[in-house]
Amino acid sequence: MEDIDAIAALQDPVRRRLYEFVAARGREVGRNEAAEAVGVQRTLAAFHLDRLVEAGLLESGSRRLTGRSGPGAGRPAKVYRRSPVERQVALPARDYRTAADLLAEAAEAAGLDDGVREAARRRGRALRGPVGDREELASLLRSRGYEPYWDEDEGEGRDGSGPVLRMRNCPFHSVAERFPPLVCGMNLALLEGLLEGADGWRARMDPRPGECCTVVEPSKNNEP
Amino acid sequence: MPDNSRFHLAQLNIAALRFPLDDPRVADFVAALEPINALADAAPGFVWRLVGEGSDDATGLRPFGPDVIVNLTVWEGAEALWDYVYRSGHLEVMRRRREWFQRHAEAHLAMWWVPAGHVPSLAEAAERLELLCAEGPSPRAFTFTSSYTAEEARAADPALADRSGAGPAGAGRAGAGQASSAAV
Repeated sequence: MEDIDAIAALQDPVRRRLYEFVAARGREVGRNEAAEAVGVQRTLAAFHLDRLVEAGLLESGSRRLTGRSGPGAGRPAKVYRRSPVERQVALPARDYRTAADLLAEAAEAAGLDDGVREAARRRGRALRGPVGDREELASLLRSRGYEPYWDEDEGEGRDGSGPVLRMRNCPFHSVAERFPPLVCGMNLALLEGLLEGADGWRARMDPRPGECCTVVEPSKNNEP
Repeated sequence: MPDNSRFHLAQLNIAALRFPLDDPRVADFVAALEPINALADAAPGFVWRLVGEGSDDATGLRPFGPDVIVNLTVWEGAEALWDYVYRSGHLEVMRRRREWFQRHAEAHLAMWWVPAGHVPSLAEAAERLELLCAEGPSPRAFTFTSSYTAEEARAADPALADRSGAGPAGAGRAGAGQASSAAV
């Protein structure tokens, strides 16, 4: 399916809400859960979820949601998660990904990490917004495409000063995969610039498979 | 999916230090060696890493030149290696690599498939890196961006399939607990 057709599949408002709900979970979601979250009948949710799979925006699998197995456990339920395939449309046609890839390749070959980070830090500063409380901070990062969420497992953070903000999405994913140290270093500098002057927050690297390599955590004011 | 359990992925990585290891300008790198190596040892899919005699890492071994440190490891597959190198605390070391290491003039990393249980030698590793430099990526020596599966390597090198029967499958933990340097 062409990118433009896949994106057009989101025109239906229910379908779009279902897509956004599944994407925001960061895990597999069953039909009942999605239907409840969006406030529609299960059969309608199932219909739209399957259309999203056909459009290549979601992937489906099956799983026993009860955790039981063997006789009496029931049929495995159909579950959905966001597809890792990127979709984009630019009109008129633009190809910034190839441009980014070529620039990154040249920067990597020339060892321009410092210059790239300086530019990213300046850009981060220019993009600063209010981060007075947790919601403002999350909102600022959300607006940059990071899909932030508070890590409940991490509880009170490294030094007991509060929870850690993790990010499900890397906005620079395809270049970051090709040149991880260069692009992840650029991303960290961008976030450092974004949080500059924001008392109480700092960005640091804490990479995990499948997420952005950076987390934002509470900091004492005297720390960098 | 081919059965990869009979094959493991060997990885050689060399890096030329900008300063000697006792220089304060590389102190942060030296301090990171132990925790980063411990991270590798505990990483999913880690099999083995080269260490110098009487050492916990490979920084004392300099077969590629007096300033060039070497990292030779074995993993269950490319994904496990990738997740360690770029999706763990090791990435922070990579991010600072320019502070500590010279820029690479030529290929500095080579990967190749070995029979599970096989412990690659430095000579073997050097050969693969030379092959990569001379002929570009092939199933016998490749990189992350030009990766080959064990199946492709076996098709290209029948000797690999023959040898895979010799070693006990899954005996790759041999040498785990010995240590080597961070892959930079």
